[in-house]
Amino acid sequence: MADTLFAYILHTDGKVDDTAFELISAAKKIVPGTLPTAVIFGSGGSLDTACNQLSSQYPQVWKIDHPALAYPNAEVIRGLLVRLLPENGLMLIPHEHFGMDLAPGLSIKSDAAYIPDVVHIQGLQDGILTVVREEFNGQISTHVACDISKGAVVTLRAGAFQPVEARSETGRILDKTDTAIQGDLPGGNRRFLELVEAPVGDVDITKSDILISVGRGIEEEENLEMVHALAKAMGGDVSCSRPIVDAKWLEKSRQVGTSGQTVKPKVYLALGISGSFQHMGGVKGAPFVVAVNKNPKAPIFQSADVGVVADILELIPKLTEKVQEVKG
Amino acid sequence: MEILVCVKRVPDTAENEIAVNRDGTDIERNDLVYSVNEWDNYAVEEAIQIRDRVGGTVTVISVGDEASEEVLRREMAMGADKGILLCDPVFEGSDGRGIAGILKAAVERGSYDLILTGAQADDGSGQIGGMLAAMLDWPYASLVNTIEILDGNRIKVGREIAGGNQEMNEIDLPCVLSIQTGINEPRYVGIRGIRKVASMEIPVQGSAELGIPPESVGAAGAKVKRLDYFVPEMGQGAEMLEGSIDEIIEKLTELLKSKGGLK
Amino acid sequence: MASPLISPANASIFGIPMILFAVLIPSIGLGILSYILWKRWIPLAQSAPDSRRDRIGTRLLRTFLYPHHRMPRYMLVSAIHITILAGFIVFALHWVRLPLMGIVDGFVLPGLGGVWGNIFANVKDLTATLVLFAGVFALIRRFFFKPGRYRVPERYGKDRSHETYIALFFISGLMLLDMFLGGSAMAARITAGARTELIIPGTGIWWVTKGLVQSSAETLQRIHTGAYFFHELMFFSFLCFLPTGRFFHLLTALPTLFSMKLDKGTVKPVRWGLTEEQIEALPSFGVKLLEDFTWKHILDFYTCADCGRCSDHCPANAVGRPLSPRFISIKSRDYCYRIHPVLGTAKEGQPLVGHVLEADEIWSCTTCGACEEECPLLIEYIDKIVDIRRGMVDEGMVPQTLQKPLQSLEKRGNPFGKLEKNRAEWTSSLPEGFPTLLLGKQKPPADTLFFVDSISSYDESVQPIACATARILDALNIRFGILGPAEKDSGHEVRRFGEEMLFWALRDHNTEAILETGVDRIVTADPHAFNAFKNDYRGIPPVRHIGQVLAEALATGSLRLKSVENPDTVYTYHDPCYLGRHNGLYDIPRQVIDAIPGIRRVEMERCRDRSFCCGGGGLMLYYEAQEERRMGQVRVDMAKAVQADVIITACPFCMINLADAIKTSGLEGRMQVVDLVQLVEQHLIKCVE
Repeated sequence: MADTLFAYILHTDGKVDDTAFELISAAKKIVPGTLPTAVIFGSGGSLDTACNQLSSQYPQVWKIDHPALAYPNAEVIRGLLVRLLPENGLMLIPHEHFGMDLAPGLSIKSDAAYIPDVVHIQGLQDGILTVVREEFNGQISTHVACDISKGAVVTLRAGAFQPVEARSETGRILDKTDTAIQGDLPGGNRRFLELVEAPVGDVDITKSDILISVGRGIEEEENLEMVHALAKAMGGDVSCSRPIVDAKWLEKSRQVGTSGQTVKPKVYLALGISGSFQHMGGVKGAPFVVAVNKNPKAPIFQSADVGVVADILELIPKLTEKVQEVKG
Repeated sequence: MEILVCVKRVPDTAENEIAVNRDGTDIERNDLVYSVNEWDNYAVEEAIQIRDRVGGTVTVISVGDEASEEVLRREMAMGADKGILLCDPVFEGSDGRGIAGILKAAVERGSYDLILTGAQADDGSGQIGGMLAAMLDWPYASLVNTIEILDGNRIKVGREIAGGNQEMNEIDLPCVLSIQTGINEPRYVGIRGIRKVASMEIPVQGSAELGIPPESVGAAGAKVKRLDYFVPEMGQGAEMLEGSIDEIIEKLTELLKSKGGLK
Repeated sequence: MASPLISPANASIFGIPMILFAVLIPSIGLGILSYILWKRWIPLAQSAPDSRRDRIGTRLLRTFLYPHHRMPRYMLVSAIHITILAGFIVFALHWVRLPLMGIVDGFVLPGLGGVWGNIFANVKDLTATLVLFAGVFALIRRFFFKPGRYRVPERYGKDRSHETYIALFFISGLMLLDMFLGGSAMAARITAGARTELIIPGTGIWWVTKGLVQSSAETLQRIHTGAYFFHELMFFSFLCFLPTGRFFHLLTALPTLFSMKLDKGTVKPVRWGLTEEQIEALPSFGVKLLEDFTWKHILDFYTCADCGRCSDHCPANAVGRPLSPRFISIKSRDYCYRIHPVLGTAKEGQPLVGHVLEADEIWSCTTCGACEEECPLLIEYIDKIVDIRRGMVDEGMVPQTLQKPLQSLEKRGNPFGKLEKNRAEWTSSLPEGFPTLLLGKQKPPADTLFFVDSISSYDESVQPIACATARILDALNIRFGILGPAEKDSGHEVRRFGEEMLFWALRDHNTEAILETGVDRIVTADPHAFNAFKNDYRGIPPVRHIGQVLAEALATGSLRLKSVENPDTVYTYHDPCYLGRHNGLYDIPRQVIDAIPGIRRVEMERCRDRSFCCGGGGLMLYYEAQEERRMGQVRVDMAKAVQADVIITACPFCMINLADAIKTSGLEGRMQVVDLVQLVEQHLIKCVE
């Protein structure tokens, strides 16, 4: 399977995304002892830098270098992949916004099966791949089986697999630009215009060491006052989950999650947050997580280090007082 | 603009209500109530707003059993002009590709400029839109949170990507878009609204009308099969603090201090 | 008595006989007035029907009772107003005869000749003095002291105090001119040595007479004729001024009062005069355009005296929500006058919400009824707001946060989306050995139904109220049962938020379930459910609030309470809107509380019918209002002001809102809120039969 296992690489400004190394460990679970070929699209110096990073873990890196690929356009890349990939290949892609754009259509165009958002690989036997997916907003898991003998596209949940360590050998970087492009670029019917950055809030939570994060459990906008007070007392910043931003109680720049900011604090205080994977997916770097929630069955208690079952409206003012006392 | 919106009837998932049934073959459905998939509802509202701006019609379509008609009717009560139900016993058990194929057949029997789907549904796959687009050879964009009609041939869309950023794209029509929640504020539909559209006809089309070979759909034609439902064993999880609220506060403050949580 | 002066009927102005003016001025004046009134009539004729002709006796009685009960709630203005009003009533006869006196010399109204005429004259003169005094006082008060109630916040338009100044100018002017008319004649008689009638010293006319006694006959004649002329001019101008603004209420008050809403606590049907089947078939629900209002509601807009009492007591207004009831009336009135102008043709109307009123303005109302309780003209607000909400619901314009609970109510019969089968789970907290509560399972079934309603069934912080109620009923040896999973939300707020058909569905379901059980009476601890059953539902057994049951048990001696544990604890009772204002049950809860020996109970500044709403119940819990503070916090401050340690309430929503406010005001541990049933249970002496 070695020459038919591929991993799609996400990168920005020369830095390879963490998912690139997670895909390898997923691949190893599918075909033990095998490492996939990395496929990376981009342009110029930043692409080369990324390739060098990749070659420390991947035995083979296929590089497609073209100015039009400076910003990844799924419609273009899909067409190129179809030209590049052999039949019956297995393509691993991270399940995030680009993967969601690319993968379903890719499976159709390469006449391959499609399994989205896999969180666990059970194993491959007789051409049947068994995996675990989640449904109903993460409440229930299911085992899914797929015949991948005629090819498959599989997207993997970011953070569900451990990233692997570097190898001792350096992989080969092959330039596949001409094979892919063959004179014309497909996907001209969708054109990238620009990236509109989220308005910079007053605080950049991606740089905070201490985050006091608040979720639906805060109930009313007025109660945010006490959260701010606690953050001030602790010397940290206030962040939140998606519902708080949807309700327009805090700016988007304060949202932690897969569709918000990725944060790497030392201490993460999750108040009234249920702990969905979309939210926790934005918390990286293994901080000390304290969770407070009224519901003892909240998923957050799985990801936290320390948990308290309590009403945050009661707990927060008391904690603020105590913290102020301790700090003197 | 002729707009088609694909909608799905899904169980309402309030927290902790979904449980696995006794033999693990399905979820416990006895006490469930169903409604339109939340993402699809945003898509229908968006379609109605576009139609009200530039003219045309909005058709809602669903692949499902007879019960799915109630969802189509609700979206028609919201403002969609027409509804189509794709229902046939042979469709049951279809995987994503199967469903997309059924939709493709229906699309080709009409004439649409824009197809909208919700970004994902109850199984969290988010695949139908992308597959349908590829089958039709139309351009696709997912996680769309803003749509601007430029002219009869092109639209401008914004996609919600990481970090709260927005990716702006220009797409040629006809195209397929998957819609993210928060793109608009869907209007309310009450009992009265549904009563008003109670007598509107919703044609049902099966494999015969659509010209779909039964082997290509349904459980038989599915490549991806669900084996069971289960609740994974919980790991060790957090160390839970016990005691009175004051005792907890005491311990918590100590822990936070020791971990560098007090600056 | 013959006057040395030429009477108006025989006088002339610059050669033109006064008779001409005496005929023309009233004719033109009344003509213009009629025209204006006709123009004001047109919107009423084009509006929706209303039902206001029933129980005529009650209406007549209340028309004369209520304003006098309401006005003194603001004592100072009441004194001014009653003076002026009484003055108008007295002057009415005089104003009728004056024009006739200008046509027929020596005209005397039948019955007002001779002695009676003199008595009337003196009463009139005394009154005129008082009215003038009151008018000037009112002017000074408004101009210099500027009471806050009259202020017009920028968002609602411009200040309209000029209307009042004009009116006071007219009123004062009319009084003065009358004094000069009479005084000049009196002075002339005194000078001529003729016999004069008694005038009361110190009255205005007395002063005028004194001042004029030195003047020449010519001057006196001029004054006399001039006073008459200008008085008539002013009077009929005043009449035509009335329908242009807030003083229209002088003309419309009586019909408006007579058409008052007799049934407190109810909500008007979608349209009067139609069966529910016919209503269902209507193409449009609710008020979207001006003409969708009933004629009574438009008449209300005309009659609003712009006094600001309603807004002064509106809790939403007090916390900075965009709602001020007064301006719903004034803005709608001004809009009506704009599209139905006196001069010119009627204009095309526009949807009210978005052009005259804001959506948030309408959703902000908790239906507490404080506004309706204050208004001296008995103007209604709740029905109008519900009607406008119906219109918005019909158009799909429902705030996002309300849509989910509404859909849950539709699918699951409760706004939380919780499973129906869990509705009676709270009973598992009852002590072991407690009798079965499900009516369906009792043999034989009890004849009392305890209707729990959604919040008490599902909300953890409120379930203790349900448990306490159950235990008390049991302690009183009242055999009762609950509907359990067959119970759905009473639909009280669903109706008041404009989702009428969903309300019908809930009502019909509950009615059927209740009738199936065969119970004779219903008890509830939830004032919203209580009000719904009493006023919204039909054909079900009578309903009582648990407070009434407790009061009755106290009276018969089957309930005995032990002394309060700590006699120093200060208790205060918060009147829930739907127990107090809407249903008049103020005393019963107090009787129950005071039956606890040694209990120390104080009243908050705003209590009974002036109770300050806790923030609202039902769907209101889901509405995200734009406000500066929460209503609950304001109420908790009031409790703090009377140094209360415990707030007693008799409504689960009040409990939730006040408990929340205690937390967010940082008073946790120092103040608590307890429900009436919990308080009673704490002090219960278990009685032997």
